[in-house]
Amino acid sequence: MRIVIGQGSCGIAAGAEKVRKALLNTGIDPALISITGCIGMCYLEPIVDIYDDSDNLTRLVKVSEADAEAIKSYVENGDSAAIEKLIVSDEDSEFLNKQTRIALRNCGIINPEKIEAYIEKGGYTALKSCLTEKTPEDVIEIIKTSGLAGRGGAGFPTWFKWNAARQSAGDDKYLICNADEGDPGAFMDRAVIESDPHNLIEGMLIGAYAIGAKHAVVYVRAEYPLAIKRLTNAIKQAKEQGIIGENIFGTDFSCDFMIKAGAGAFVCGEETALIESLEGHRGMPRLKPPFPAQSGFWRKPSNINNVETFANVAWIVNNGGEAFAAMGTEGSKGTKVFAVTGKVKRSGLVEIPMGKTLRDVIFDIGGGMKTDKPFKAVQMGGPSGGCIPASLIDTVIDYKALGATGAIMGSGGMVVMDESTCMVGMAKFFLDFTAKESCGKCIHCRIGTKRMLEMLDRITKGEGKEGDIELLEELCYSIKDGALCGLGQTAPNPVLTTIKYFRDEYEAHINEKKCPAGECSDLIEYSIDADACRGCTLCARNCPVEAISGSVKQPHVINTDKCIKCGKCYSVCKFGAVKKA
Amino acid sequence: MEKQKVDLSLLDGVLTEYASVKGSLITILQHTQDIYGYLPKEAIELISEKTGIATSEIMGVGTFYTQFRFEPVGKYLIMLCQGTACHVNSSELILQTIKDELHIEDGQTTEDGLFSLKCVACLGCCSLSPVMMINDDTYGSLTPDKTKKILKELREAAV
Repeated sequence: MRIVIGQGSCGIAAGAEKVRKALLNTGIDPALISITGCIGMCYLEPIVDIYDDSDNLTRLVKVSEADAEAIKSYVENGDSAAIEKLIVSDEDSEFLNKQTRIALRNCGIINPEKIEAYIEKGGYTALKSCLTEKTPEDVIEIIKTSGLAGRGGAGFPTWFKWNAARQSAGDDKYLICNADEGDPGAFMDRAVIESDPHNLIEGMLIGAYAIGAKHAVVYVRAEYPLAIKRLTNAIKQAKEQGIIGENIFGTDFSCDFMIKAGAGAFVCGEETALIESLEGHRGMPRLKPPFPAQSGFWRKPSNINNVETFANVAWIVNNGGEAFAAMGTEGSKGTKVFAVTGKVKRSGLVEIPMGKTLRDVIFDIGGGMKTDKPFKAVQMGGPSGGCIPASLIDTVIDYKALGATGAIMGSGGMVVMDESTCMVGMAKFFLDFTAKESCGKCIHCRIGTKRMLEMLDRITKGEGKEGDIELLEELCYSIKDGALCGLGQTAPNPVLTTIKYFRDEYEAHINEKKCPAGECSDLIEYSIDADACRGCTLCARNCPVEAISGSVKQPHVINTDKCIKCGKCYSVCKFGAVKKA
Repeated sequence: MEKQKVDLSLLDGVLTEYASVKGSLITILQHTQDIYGYLPKEAIELISEKTGIATSEIMGVGTFYTQFRFEPVGKYLIMLCQGTACHVNSSELILQTIKDELHIEDGQTTEDGLFSLKCVACLGCCSLSPVMMINDDTYGSLTPDKTKKILKELREAAV
């Protein structure tokens, strides 16, 4: 019997650590209790998995401290009635059953703080076979066969980058992992590092061997303290076992390993900005060429891949490039992990083979909307991506097909929106982000994003003018043309895609001064439906400007001249009597 | 809030370890902030002296990254997530609630030195959105009422 508690950041935030302590306090044999990383069903956290002696799993969800005694009763006396209400439903189990997990294969299963757990699952055998049986060229050939492409967003063939770095002159080379997961709405890299850090280390060491690097560096966001802690611990364990360091597995391959914590700058996801930051400077992109493969970290040949890319490598080596390439579409091979969030019923991490559709992810696996409002759009690729409307829900998940919509595959953030989300507001949200995160090097990006933000701000305030949409589009194209790096070149995508698919919403804001989604506070008015109002006075008591009047048990009225449209009355009313239009 | 006198000897260990390692400026600044809670002017001057990096360059790096602060923060640092999922799930309401409760804007500290508010980029707990972190603890699925309750409990715990 084993009791395993899901302790990724999400699980801990939902109370997993409190549950663990409560379980320990019940007097259950502490040796039975252990932890695992992110199970991926974030909407059901905290999750407790109980494995019997034959390794049959009973999964308990939304567990609280108060359930500890019931769990004890089940574990010690087999009292299954005690935990019946906590057992995951068949419908929710489908969330995981419908996935194909390669990058996430160990996540939520093994203990991320113990190297033995990873080795027991066949860990480090791929590295050993590379070092003892394969040449670096063989390894690159396997990756080429697999069709693995960069999972950070751009989708560049991994073997090509590895080969370029291998071909570069010089003995002093660096292999770098980009774990600066900055796209708001994406957290798959965090989950991999927190839940299966040795898988990342193994993938990186294989990459280092392939390109001939003696140094491996992980650049990880400072916002991910748990990931840094678990990775630091994993590196220490791997060093103790001789897996990192000199003469790994008795071969003449040696590689050291280092973690650098980022300090909060989205642009550092761009590889040359990341290198600048690694060197202790402001993270401002360099001019390319030379590419990092020729001149990167400390001007030495460097190869940079993202976490999820490396997380696939050991599996590919063990199972063969063909097995990976057998999944997916003509141009996109293998699986991809998505962080599905927003207004979707089941949010969490979803890994599926390329070639599935957005509908498969959002409706079949994600369960559709959690609100009673219809699905409106999905945002993919964060600030570099775009909004894909409901009419394109059957788009296939493939680099090319997604690119054709104006969005991108991106790193895997999928933020699902319903009819209550204003698309102009969404564009403004992203421009606010990129305007703040622009490093300032290129004028088009620095000033252009700011001007676009000002225009979008005006439009959402009802001050839009005839010609604004055209001007926005013009600015979008000049920023795309004039920016040096990916941040600037893609910053206009959220605006372009929302104009393309939701032009009528822009026009409603500009011409009619209306926000169809009812989100832009300057363009809506609150009123109270006298028939629905019970006169409970809750709204009047919560109104910060005393704009609501009425006696107890009598319908209340909002004085629209006084109203500051804060929406408090709307959110506190228990009878749905406050209307916004 | 009264600034306390900066004990520069606390930096000895960090500077001994990193001052001569090239490319370590950001690491040094991170350790410095861990020690003092912010980057005191005196510390920046000492770092400049020991590393040979001009204070202007240190300030350039320090101001570029959102992690660094140049003023002390309150006992509780509220980091309110501004990620996409939080935006879609009405993080704006939470921001307004915190502002109303504490009477501070983003980047400010309450007069009693108890709370500082900082809006930050995605914390990566999107499934629990809207989310905030207070010091090392994450609070998810926030509503205005839940937020008020958390602030009230922290205020009482501090007395």
